Amino acid sequence: MEKRKDIANESYVQTVFRRFRHHHLAMISLIVVILLGGAALLAPVIAPYQPDEIVGTFSGAPSREFWLGTDQIGRDVFSRLLYAMRISLLVGIMATLISTVAGVVLGLIAGYFGGVADMLIMRFTDMVMSFPYILLVLVAAAIFKPGLWNIILILGFVDWPGIARLVRGNVLNLRETNFIKGNIVAGMPLRHILFSEILPNTVAPILVYATSVLALSMLDEAALSFLGLGVQPPTASLGNMLNGAQSLTVLTKQPWLWIPAGVLIVVLVMAINFIGDALRDAVDPNSGR
Amino acid sequence: MSKYIIKRILIAIPVLIGITIIDYAIMCMAGSPLEMLQGPRVSEAAVETKKIALGLDKPFYIQYFVWLGQLLQGNLGYSIKSYQSVSEMIGSHIGPTLLLMGVSLVVSLLIAVPAGIYSAIHQYEKGDYAVVTFSFLGSSIPGFFLSLLLIYIFTVKLGWLPSSGMTTLGTEGGFGDVLKHMIMPVIVLAASMAGSNIRYIRSAVLEILQQDYLRTARAKGIGHFKVINKHALRNALVPIVTVIGMEIPVLFGGAVIIEQVFSWPGLGLMTMSAITSRDYPVIMGVCLLSAVVVLIANLVTDILYALVDPTIQLD
Repeated sequence: MEKRKDIANESYVQTVFRRFRHHHLAMISLIVVILLGGAALLAPVIAPYQPDEIVGTFSGAPSREFWLGTDQIGRDVFSRLLYAMRISLLVGIMATLISTVAGVVLGLIAGYFGGVADMLIMRFTDMVMSFPYILLVLVAAAIFKPGLWNIILILGFVDWPGIARLVRGNVLNLRETNFIKGNIVAGMPLRHILFSEILPNTVAPILVYATSVLALSMLDEAALSFLGLGVQPPTASLGNMLNGAQSLTVLTKQPWLWIPAGVLIVVLVMAINFIGDALRDAVDPNSGR
Repeated sequence: MSKYIIKRILIAIPVLIGITIIDYAIMCMAGSPLEMLQGPRVSEAAVETKKIALGLDKPFYIQYFVWLGQLLQGNLGYSIKSYQSVSEMIGSHIGPTLLLMGVSLVVSLLIAVPAGIYSAIHQYEKGDYAVVTFSFLGSSIPGFFLSLLLIYIFTVKLGWLPSSGMTTLGTEGGFGDVLKHMIMPVIVLAASMAGSNIRYIRSAVLEILQQDYLRTARAKGIGHFKVINKHALRNALVPIVTVIGMEIPVLFGGAVIIEQVFSWPGLGLMTMSAITSRDYPVIMGVCLLSAVVVLIANLVTDILYALVDPTIQLD
């Protein structure tokens, strides 16, 4: 009975983790993400070949030497897949970071100060949200030269409005609570109120939202790179590895060139979505479980 | 009611103006159309004359107003590539896109509404887990990858369905032929929409099931079936209306990629080819059109919302 600790005394993080563990699919997803993320991180150690090196025959079928075959110019698909995962995760995480920071800052300003700042920020949010998302990304990718950092910036720019709205709503609610009013009356500096009082109380929903942004931006990177407007070869990304499947020979005769990359995207994005869903339940103060 | 609608339209106007400014700024950032003209055989003087003819020597804001003025007269400019008028190009491509979008929307609702309600009523049962897992799969699979898989299975392996275009080349087409061409793109679009909608409707219905009026209905002893059908489902209309409103922009975007993969001759395919050939007037026309559609969709959703749920305060 030693392990069964007193629930009343556990910290918020412990509560969240205890609830999270009940979600079996999410626990499995977490393990999958950690394993795949680890493999991506350790790509230089694990990968049997250099990703851009021509090591075998053209479009060779999977064999003991090349586990997932070789691509059209003789590069090892398995090694490229590891490096591609690295790039796709990097794009997803960086884009999520950028949009989260931008969304949080704008949402805090709009929610706390209200008035003209709120009006301007929210109208700007409306404008960005009125552009069909993919269209905006495609247009931006066409105007600025496609490339790794441009893709990250573009995806970061289109994803912030949701977070800004979320933060603004939470700030509006929090402003009316007594502990914030108390802080204002006590004459606490603005920076303290915003970053030490309001922000920590709205971190949980931001985190949940950020997981869905991560999943979305990885899907968008894949779609953009598939269309040739994203990460440019020779750098491999999960999306541009599928690009080859637009040719009929690859699609019909060489499934090892496109199915593994596609399956990896689905597995990663689904795992991230499951984790986000379980987090949503776990951080919800009203959930009984 | 009409006061509310007018108020909403008045709010939408500055957003629309803002969108035209962003639109115009993007077009300017993309570079002057005269860059296309420059070359060894074109003299400086010729470029200068052209510049004055096109009004490019005037300051930025005057150019914007000239562009806006033409826009208000329905003139979206001319394609750099084909010299066709942009509004005509949009007009001739919008039909197939609307067909594809409409059918996909209906199919996705036909899947999502019953599945979401079933899942909510049977919360934490096996059926619920199956539906939720399927919905996660639907929203996690990239549309283009699902398209490739479908083409691989149904076109390459089985040879049942055509993988590109809207009608078989060299034939008249006809209803059955178009239908056959539409099956795969509709499945892909509907699957991704149904994925997110199922979870949305499920959680909305779950919330309704916990309401006091449902407890009262159950307490009256009118039976499970009547409780669900008469009291719960009617209230579930509100989230369903919201879902439709949310789907319009998603559909517009999703269609671009799906039309590209299946060579569906609609707005999306036209936009993609404009993007790859950097045909800015066409891109801007499509952006503007889609922004207007999204704004109208939001407006209609809010109004429907008010009609479906009489308790919503309009002001």
